[in-house]
Amino acid sequence: MAEVHAHTHAEGEIAKPNTAGIWRTFWVLLAITGLEFIIALAIPSSIVPHIVKVGVYIILTIAKAFYIVAEFMHLKHEVKFLGMCIVLPMIFIAWLLIAMIMEGGGLYIRWR
Amino acid sequence: MAHLAKTHEQQEGSLDWNGGNIPLKASWGKLMMWFFLLSDAFSFSALLITYAMIRYSHAAYHGTIENFKFSLDYWPVPDKVFEAMPFLHGVSLPLVFVGIMTFILIMSSVTMVLAVEAGHRNDRKDVEKWMLWTILGGFTFLGCQAWEWTHFIHGSDKGGATDVYGSVIYGANLIQNQYGPVPFANLFFFITGFHGFHVFSGVMLNVLVFYNTAFGVYANPDRVIDEGAGRYEMIEKVGLYWHFVDLVWVFVFTAFYLI
Repeated sequence: MAEVHAHTHAEGEIAKPNTAGIWRTFWVLLAITGLEFIIALAIPSSIVPHIVKVGVYIILTIAKAFYIVAEFMHLKHEVKFLGMCIVLPMIFIAWLLIAMIMEGGGLYIRWR
Repeated sequence: MAHLAKTHEQQEGSLDWNGGNIPLKASWGKLMMWFFLLSDAFSFSALLITYAMIRYSHAAYHGTIENFKFSLDYWPVPDKVFEAMPFLHGVSLPLVFVGIMTFILIMSSVTMVLAVEAGHRNDRKDVEKWMLWTILGGFTFLGCQAWEWTHFIHGSDKGGATDVYGSVIYGANLIQNQYGPVPFANLFFFITGFHGFHVFSGVMLNVLVFYNTAFGVYANPDRVIDEGAGRYEMIEKVGLYWHFVDLVWVFVFTAFYLI
């Protein structure tokens, strides 16, 4: 194995960095976060109702999560089945979240 | 993966986990890190789902933001809870500090992915440089969180909500808090604490791989590595964990500070 790998880390053979895609993802994440702040602080709830804002936050959060997982964690470039192994179980999370929010709303009505 | 295949092109025949193939074309260690992260995602999801359920079982505040007062009767508005900033005592700057924290964590995620990229090129100097930046980002975030917690626990000068006997509550603990219903502070402590502990573990792992890189452990050609893995794959595996911590923060941020 030593002979096989010797050439890959010899001095002077180090390739040039290729980081354009990384920085593009960074700017996308920063822009989405900035947009969330603008919605939270600059737009009063009298113009856009809070419930609409919450919907927009959730969509933007999922967009950020997609960029982090797909690009930074490289999942988009792995075998598709590996991606499915990780992403599909999240369906259970979405189901439990919706179920528990409805339960919480029910408790509120009951306790009021 | 194309890159990994290239570094191993000379030993095409032995590219396996010793069973004749590489399941999902990922090295064993990386695949297990992915499955661990999936299980950790379940833990965090359980906490955030608990937050959602308790949040929706309490009344929401319906008035205008100008007239908002802390009260035990409804869930607080985040703009009013998280509006403090170090060195600017008494100035109302809603969400600015947490915005800086988010930026620090995203930035350290970027330096981490730059370290992974340097590892792919077997560029030891660059790996060292970017790992140091990542560690610095991690410690900075932890420092910010310590400040955030301190302020949350001590509360504001004038206090907030009044308790059932009519006296003003100052600060927050697990029994009562000036911001609103008791579970609000409890969930804040538990969820941001659990996340902060993950960040701390991540920083420790980052220090460990930086140490190994700096002392040439990964560059050593005699070191036995996973079949199908690059020489600096440990950076990649720890990087996956670090990005996951950033990912969780994205959700914690939305749940606690925006909604």
